[in-house]
Amino acid sequence: MFNSRSLIALIVTLILALVLANRANAELNIEITSGADNPTQIAIAPIQFGANKSADISKIIADDLRRSGLFEAMPRANMLSHPAVAKDVYYRDWRIVGIEYLVVGKALRQPDGRTQITFSLLEILGERTLFTHKVQGTDSESRDVAHYISDKVFETITGIQGAFSTRLAYVTATPEQGAMVYRLMISDADGARERLMLKSKEPIMSPNWSPDGKELIYVSFETGRPAIFRQRLVGAKREQLTNFRGLNGAPSWSPDSRSLALVLSKDGNPEIYLYSLAARSFSRLTRHFGIDTEPNWTPDGEAIVFTSDRGGSPQIYELTIGSGKIQRLTFKGSYNARPRLAADGRTLVMVHRDGGAFHIASQDLVTGDLRILTTTRLDESPTVAPNGAMLLYATKVGNRGVLAAVSIDAGVKYLLPSRQGDVREPAWSPFLR
Amino acid sequence: MKHSTLKATIFISVLSLFLAACSSTPSDSGTSTSNDAMSSGSVSTGSVGGDGVYGGGVDARGGVDTVFYFEFDKAILTPEAISALRIHAQRLMSNPVSVRLEGHADERGTREYNMALGERRGAAVKEFLMLQGVNGGVLEVISYGEERPAAMASDESSWAQNRRVEIK
Repeated sequence: MFNSRSLIALIVTLILALVLANRANAELNIEITSGADNPTQIAIAPIQFGANKSADISKIIADDLRRSGLFEAMPRANMLSHPAVAKDVYYRDWRIVGIEYLVVGKALRQPDGRTQITFSLLEILGERTLFTHKVQGTDSESRDVAHYISDKVFETITGIQGAFSTRLAYVTATPEQGAMVYRLMISDADGARERLMLKSKEPIMSPNWSPDGKELIYVSFETGRPAIFRQRLVGAKREQLTNFRGLNGAPSWSPDSRSLALVLSKDGNPEIYLYSLAARSFSRLTRHFGIDTEPNWTPDGEAIVFTSDRGGSPQIYELTIGSGKIQRLTFKGSYNARPRLAADGRTLVMVHRDGGAFHIASQDLVTGDLRILTTTRLDESPTVAPNGAMLLYATKVGNRGVLAAVSIDAGVKYLLPSRQGDVREPAWSPFLR
Repeated sequence: MKHSTLKATIFISVLSLFLAACSSTPSDSGTSTSNDAMSSGSVSTGSVGGDGVYGGGVDARGGVDTVFYFEFDKAILTPEAISALRIHAQRLMSNPVSVRLEGHADERGTREYNMALGERRGAAVKEFLMLQGVNGGVLEVISYGEERPAAMASDESSWAQNRRVEIK
């Protein structure tokens, strides 16, 4: 069976063959692909950061790596020493407790007030430094610096681009004084540094990122009807893009940034349209009396996948833009909806009904294998990390909506920090640099 | 296509291994974005027309239902809905005020598909009223999908209350 896990294994193996052939202990890297059952043992020595050196960013790094499911991070209390530079490392001390990799870092205050961290990744068994890098930031950027280090460490060991410096967008709904208040929020990928983008007494839905990660598109009912808006993160410039009778929904930004796929029902029933941002023109892509909705672009921008009940029940279809050819992709189960493609263009994730429960499932578009990734009953809105390793989705704990994550091989699962009210519709940003 | 994607992935991965810049700034935009985003957040949007007014044509207290319920994934009018809608149709023909037909779905399934489902339910009501002779121009279908539930619990009884069209 050629699933996503073995794909990652293959990629890692090929990278090893290509670039790590001359390195010893390549087996250590291969072991990572065995997933959460056998995580790589890593230690992050304390790294002080900021004006008074009170902030320790090593915990943020350790949490990042732990959440990936591929690493187990050594608790601080178990460390025999706290080296900050490679020359102070006694490899044997780390080796006897089973540590495979060690991250050390030293802060240097810059004249302009920024802190520069010189950090190294050490391979314990080979007793050598894999890299030494520098990164700097202001006191308020300590989390950015930590995620940057996590990305470098993750990339070097796994060969998979780190997604710790990315962001999430999501919607919250909170009852306040008897009425529901809706908020469009963004946060770091780990849920920290939550920021408010929009607050409304009317529903907000379907946030989606621009390919450069600098804008969001979403549906807001603030005019009394659903309408699609775009909004810049910086400067908060906002613009209403659609104002048709009926549905104005499910916007999805094209990989080339030039257009949106979206849903309008102005011609009588929900159809998918292409909206050119420069020309401000709409062209209709689907023509069917059934429901066509939830478009999502293939990474090459040549096709969209979408939900349609044209076959009698909601299923996923693919529409090639150039030819107009439509092909059904899902055949297992009576309800498959809201497709999202991973960056490999091959792994499709969706909401899949199994009996009376709605789970997140992935389907390998080459082999057709469908795999149910979640076990809770009201799971929806899957969104894949830009590196394809994890996906986020919305689920319910009790009667409350929360965000949860699962690795694409279903081995790792975690809940995001709980918040006030109902949290729903996560959208994982693209890589931001 | 698969092969080229794989190649690209490897290329990027390889690149990321070697593009280890000695000095780099972690996203300057990081914090400046947050400040500006906050200012956008404080500009909270007002709600327009959310209360929806039905110009007195229907008096819910007069005993005529203004909420109509549906089966899961269905947009078929019940006999109860049909008899109530006949009365609404008569009133709208004698007093053609603008009316919102707000369609809703229960929380099961995906949000945008439920938007389409809510609209399909609203459209079923609109079509029935038009068949009775009501001018379609006064009827606007607006779907809220699963975004405005009437009952909050995740059980059959709440779901049944949420699969509805409201005349406003």
